[in-house]
Amino acid sequence: MSRFLKKLYVVLIVIFMYAPIAVMIVQSFNQSKSRGHWTGFTLEWYISLFSDESIMAALRNTLTIALLSSLIATAISLLACLAIRQMTKNTRTVVMGITNIPMLNADIVTGISMMLLFLSMGIKFGYGSILIAHITFNIPYVILNIMPRLNSLDNSCFEAARDLGASPVYAFFHVVLPDLMPGVMSGMLMAFTMSIDDFIITHFTKGAGVDTLSTKIYTEVRKGIKPEMYALSTLIFGAILILLLLLNFTKNGSRKKNKTGTNAPSILEIAP
Amino acid sequence: MIRTKKIRNLFATPYLSWAIIFIIVPLVMVIWYGFTDSDGALTFANIASIARPEFMKSLGLSLLLSLISTVLCLIIAYPLCMILTEKKAGKAGVVILLFILPMWMNTLLRTMAWQTILEKTGILNIFLNFIHLPSIYIINKPQAIIIGMVYNFLPYMVLPLYTALSRIDDNVINAARDLGANKFQTFLHVTLPLSIPGIISGITMVFIPALTTFVLSQMLGGNKILLIGNIIEQEFTQAYDWHLGSGLSIILMVFIIINMVVEAAFDKSDEQ
Repeated sequence: MSRFLKKLYVVLIVIFMYAPIAVMIVQSFNQSKSRGHWTGFTLEWYISLFSDESIMAALRNTLTIALLSSLIATAISLLACLAIRQMTKNTRTVVMGITNIPMLNADIVTGISMMLLFLSMGIKFGYGSILIAHITFNIPYVILNIMPRLNSLDNSCFEAARDLGASPVYAFFHVVLPDLMPGVMSGMLMAFTMSIDDFIITHFTKGAGVDTLSTKIYTEVRKGIKPEMYALSTLIFGAILILLLLLNFTKNGSRKKNKTGTNAPSILEIAP
Repeated sequence: MIRTKKIRNLFATPYLSWAIIFIIVPLVMVIWYGFTDSDGALTFANIASIARPEFMKSLGLSLLLSLISTVLCLIIAYPLCMILTEKKAGKAGVVILLFILPMWMNTLLRTMAWQTILEKTGILNIFLNFIHLPSIYIINKPQAIIIGMVYNFLPYMVLPLYTALSRIDDNVINAARDLGANKFQTFLHVTLPLSIPGIISGITMVFIPALTTFVLSQMLGGNKILLIGNIIEQEFTQAYDWHLGSGLSIILMVFIIINMVVEAAFDKSDEQ
């Protein structure tokens, strides 16, 4: 009985989490344009989606901003982490404190603070301002993913490589970086995810005419969301589901060989 | 790894200059705007305006709703995470994955879907009528916003809580049971204290975004319910009163700092 109750509890919460997604998927196949009225099955929206230039532009912006901002944030963060490790304890505390600000602060405050900055600096609101904002809030996630790895790194491997005649650059790329890679990758993935899903900061730093998927959906909320948007989301959902399942299965497989037993945290590594 | 100060500084420069220009300066600007009027003269009027009845009401409602949502998230997530830690790692991993997956879907679209579920002739009421229960009308009411908050921020409670609980050594629990503690005593004196770091970071990760949201209240509150986030957003994007908006943001930041201080206090007592 108790086992049944536990199962029921988990199932109920999963239903709670997936009910809106199910609604979204059903709507993407609904002939009627208005929400909540089922008039028949159609694939029309999936076809018209690809010819809807405004949605495609928003998708392009979302993806390229996520990609560029996570890559640039990773490059800046990697250099920063190497430098932070060599700093004195007090300097390090201050720098890490500053790093935490965008993560601890409310998105709305980060958004308006950057808006005020761009206004006073005369930076044009558009693609560039969104990109700068995304890099800024991405950096802490990457640094916080790399830092623990770097701290647990044994310096003697690097020293050994140097003693054996490797140049500092060669030793870094062949000895240090491979060890840091899991942290770098999970940080970059987290940054990418945060960027894709961000609405609030983009809302305050975007200019007229440039939209990401989030801001486009926001402007559509009042006049009614285009069914193509549901079709696009269903496609994205399917793609991510397949990707995660593949990732999970390959990880499970490799973990079993190590007999470490606990593979749950491996999934947490890629959590946003 | 980095031998000379020169190289260290070279590595630190991109990040430090980025942090100063895009993190520190914007925050200083918010504070500057918050404490000056449109002529640039020092004033406390923007901060004091929080005492206006309509602002006070919004802040009070924000605090109330975010508090309720945080408690609900904790109450829902704790038993779930306890059930998951009892399961085999692989099985628990799949459920955790189910929690992470929706986070990759656009937040705004998922919240829109709640409108479809909760509205007067929505899916929930169709279902309730089908099983001969009376309809419930909660759309555009605070209850709908609470559902939106719990739905959106529940994963942020589940993830740190699950990590904290799964780190507890089974032997500690078994030892407590061997020494004669019953299940409830073991939970109260062993499991609960050991999971406090997870609880605290979960509370922070739910409370701050819930307190400062303007999207959820706008989408599920039907423009009738104004949270403090909505007021700030309107000051910036509609009223263009950046001084007032900044002043109110400073009030928000005070709550964030209080939250951080409480968290730090718990962290310290944990170390002792």
